[in-house]
Amino acid sequence: MNKQVKITNGEPTDLSRRTFLIGTAAAGVTLGYAAIPGSLGLDKAMAAPAKIDPSVWYSIAPDGLITVTVGKADMGQHIASTMAQMVAEELGSNWKDMRVSLSGNDPKFNDPMLGALITGGSWSTMMNFDAMSRAGAAGRIALTEAAAGMMGVPAAELTVRDSVITHAKSKKSKTFAEVVKSGKVTKTFTPDELKAIKLKTPDQYSMIGVSVPQLDIPFKVNGTAKYGIDTFLPGMVYGKLVLPPVRFGATVKSVDDSAAKKVPGFIKAVVLDDKTGSTTGWIVAVAKTYQDARKAADALKVTWDHGPNANVSSESLLAEAKRLQQKGDAGLFFVKNGDTGAALGTAAKVLEAEYTTNINIHCPMEPMNCTAHKEGDIWHVHTGNQFATRTGAIAAGAAGVDPKYVVLHQAWLGGGFGRRLDGDMTVPAVQAAKAVGKPVKVIYSREDDVTMDFSRPLTYQKIKAGLDADGKVVAMNHDVVSAWPTKRWGIPDFLSPSVDKKGALDAFTVNGADFFYSVPNHNVRAILNELAQSATPSGQLRSVAPGWTFWAVESMIDELAHAAGRDPAQFRIAMLDGAGDNDGGAQRLRNTLLAAMGLAGYGTKKLPKGEGMGVACVSSQERKTASWTACVAHVAVSPSGEITPKKLTVATDVGTAVNPDGIRAQVEGGALWGLSLALYEKATLKDGGIEQTNFDTYTPLRMSQMPEVSVHIIANGEHATGVGEPTVTVIAPAIANAVFNAVGARVRSLPITAEAVKGAMKA
Amino acid sequence: MPNLNINGRNMSVEAAGDTPLLWVIREQLQMTGTKFGCGAGLCGACTVHVNGEAVRSCQTAVSEVAGKKITTIEGLGAKGEHPLQKAWVAEQVPQCGYCQSGQIMQAASLLAKNTNPTKEEVVAHMDGNLCRCMTYSRIQRAIMRAASEMRTASTGTDRRNT
Repeated sequence: MNKQVKITNGEPTDLSRRTFLIGTAAAGVTLGYAAIPGSLGLDKAMAAPAKIDPSVWYSIAPDGLITVTVGKADMGQHIASTMAQMVAEELGSNWKDMRVSLSGNDPKFNDPMLGALITGGSWSTMMNFDAMSRAGAAGRIALTEAAAGMMGVPAAELTVRDSVITHAKSKKSKTFAEVVKSGKVTKTFTPDELKAIKLKTPDQYSMIGVSVPQLDIPFKVNGTAKYGIDTFLPGMVYGKLVLPPVRFGATVKSVDDSAAKKVPGFIKAVVLDDKTGSTTGWIVAVAKTYQDARKAADALKVTWDHGPNANVSSESLLAEAKRLQQKGDAGLFFVKNGDTGAALGTAAKVLEAEYTTNINIHCPMEPMNCTAHKEGDIWHVHTGNQFATRTGAIAAGAAGVDPKYVVLHQAWLGGGFGRRLDGDMTVPAVQAAKAVGKPVKVIYSREDDVTMDFSRPLTYQKIKAGLDADGKVVAMNHDVVSAWPTKRWGIPDFLSPSVDKKGALDAFTVNGADFFYSVPNHNVRAILNELAQSATPSGQLRSVAPGWTFWAVESMIDELAHAAGRDPAQFRIAMLDGAGDNDGGAQRLRNTLLAAMGLAGYGTKKLPKGEGMGVACVSSQERKTASWTACVAHVAVSPSGEITPKKLTVATDVGTAVNPDGIRAQVEGGALWGLSLALYEKATLKDGGIEQTNFDTYTPLRMSQMPEVSVHIIANGEHATGVGEPTVTVIAPAIANAVFNAVGARVRSLPITAEAVKGAMKA
Repeated sequence: MPNLNINGRNMSVEAAGDTPLLWVIREQLQMTGTKFGCGAGLCGACTVHVNGEAVRSCQTAVSEVAGKKITTIEGLGAKGEHPLQKAWVAEQVPQCGYCQSGQIMQAASLLAKNTNPTKEEVVAHMDGNLCRCMTYSRIQRAIMRAASEMRTASTGTDRRNT
């Protein structure tokens, strides 16, 4: 076991990660994350880190090029570039010298806090900032000491900038390349030494806070970026899925391939033996070319037993959710503060409302795909993935081997948004490759990708809240009924004990409901909709629970404000008083809201009839990983209920902005994602299957639907936080609140339709 | 066995005539810059030029384009130096990048005819191209930047009238 950071010459610089793992393991626990043992042989996959060699975090080649190996999936959030930027700040390298490479499922590259290769939660920058900074600093110290020896000057007199180490007094200098080539770089750091390195203070930054060009952009404008779908292996053949008409629970009764056999190039129809819980009753048609595989798939005559979910619909999921919510003993408590029953009993005014969201589909532009190939004992799976640790284990499960025999080859992701946390795409590729004895590339059609999505679940929330005579919120009961996407993973450590220790709940269905407002009596119950869990295997869709919890909370807060006769923004500010555990977070959220209000001209602009501004303010997935985001939405509403979003003003407090332009890009995209979910995206379940199949029926926002989006980043020197998701969650409630201010119509279901607005106007 | 002219090179491919051009380009010729997004002409990720016009290669049978001049992202500007590609870098447009070949090819067909488009013309021309990362505002800015550069390069000539 290597506990040292070791830098040697003649081969790439070698920085141990183990030290960091040890140093930060406690922090992971503090944040509530743990290493991830679990099902599907994942425990074995996860046990490996204790036995392996330290990882190479980055290397400096003799030509001076610095390659940072990134254990994070890059799905467009430019996290690879951001990791390099954090290293470069402390290393003192020139940005032009920085390169990135992507790690596969090798546990050497596990996240230092999460203990796995997983990318999500807007966690990456926050959780890797310290480790990457220390890695960079350790490299600088080692290079500087070697350079001092070469120049015959004290190391303390050297300065490092742009990959050059300079001794100002003697005007001597050495480039990183020269120092590496000298063979004089040897340095070890104990974990304590590493921890003791004094990192730069923000006033010393020359790289953090600079919008350096993202390293992954040049090859994304000329067609040379390689995604999983761009994999080619010698002798490779193709697979095309045949899916049952129900999302989950069907079984194959018969397969008639007589017509498929007439398709030239057809090789075989493989009925999948999927024990990984991805789906059921699925088949892959294998042929020499993808076109042949498509034709063969179409020609297969398959009969299914549609199984227990054959009659499930969005309507029945919602009815079941309502039934469950009414049971007094349903669910588990995520928040239980004070006595809501008593406080509601004595409240001057009580409001009760239901909020719903429909099923949503990820639809990354690169459909799911995987190329699998067995070489010797090793299964190679090529696919862009957000959770290489688990996906490697799923591939192993599909192959019937131990996870250590699976090598996942990571690629740039053509969109992730949470969809690629799943590993289903490896199942048909591995089992087809096994069946035909050749490498197989499986490409989901868009129809496959939409109908077999691990969707954002249909959700039903009920909030009952009480105001006292002064118009203060004194109590809130908040019930959240949904499928539990993270429970589906079967990894116990991703579940959280309920506050009364009565069971384990999926916090990824209620996060956000533990908001920073001061409400003295506050309950949040997480209620599992078993019907939805079985019929619609759900997943984590960009922002996950806060995508629905803030929809309900930020709508209800507005309703309460109006009931109290107060301005909704001022009402929020009063509730963000920073009392108790909310100290710090509440004030940051308040400041962010004030910034957005000022930037939008909230309360100062006179708007024409039929127009309105609405506010919402949110934190992130977990309280401890929070960024602070507020939106003022300006909408116009026609008499028929049509909403025209005119402008979205978003302010976000990220503490430290590593790459301001990259953050801006995430917030711009997140805002439009939020708008798309608020107004344009809706999937429905009928007869157990997702009805929508492609972009004609599932309709994410297009360019012509884009309003003005004004983005403002607040960097106040606090710790760097994540930005990929929070803006997604703030938009829908801001829009709904703006609609209310425009025409007095309160809508409580997503997506918001003109019909619903018109109906609410009449009411 | 259709003969194709792609990026100025003649190639003979083995494919049934009804095979979508997309799959021939991507999987046979392994020119992977052109992307598969929907297979139904709804997203624009597979956009290439046929005789200078932007077409959806997933909806174009290979038999239809035999003998015609096909251009893919790889042939738009060697080494990525087309004004649009430079503008795409300058505006830091791509996030995941998957749709961007199609976006650039779609935009190139507009600027080839009109280097002074209005915002409305850009939106109308680009609305069939989905970007799930929703980089739309940067795409707009990059098109305007490239258009401006192309106007300057052509010494101020308004190509709309030519």
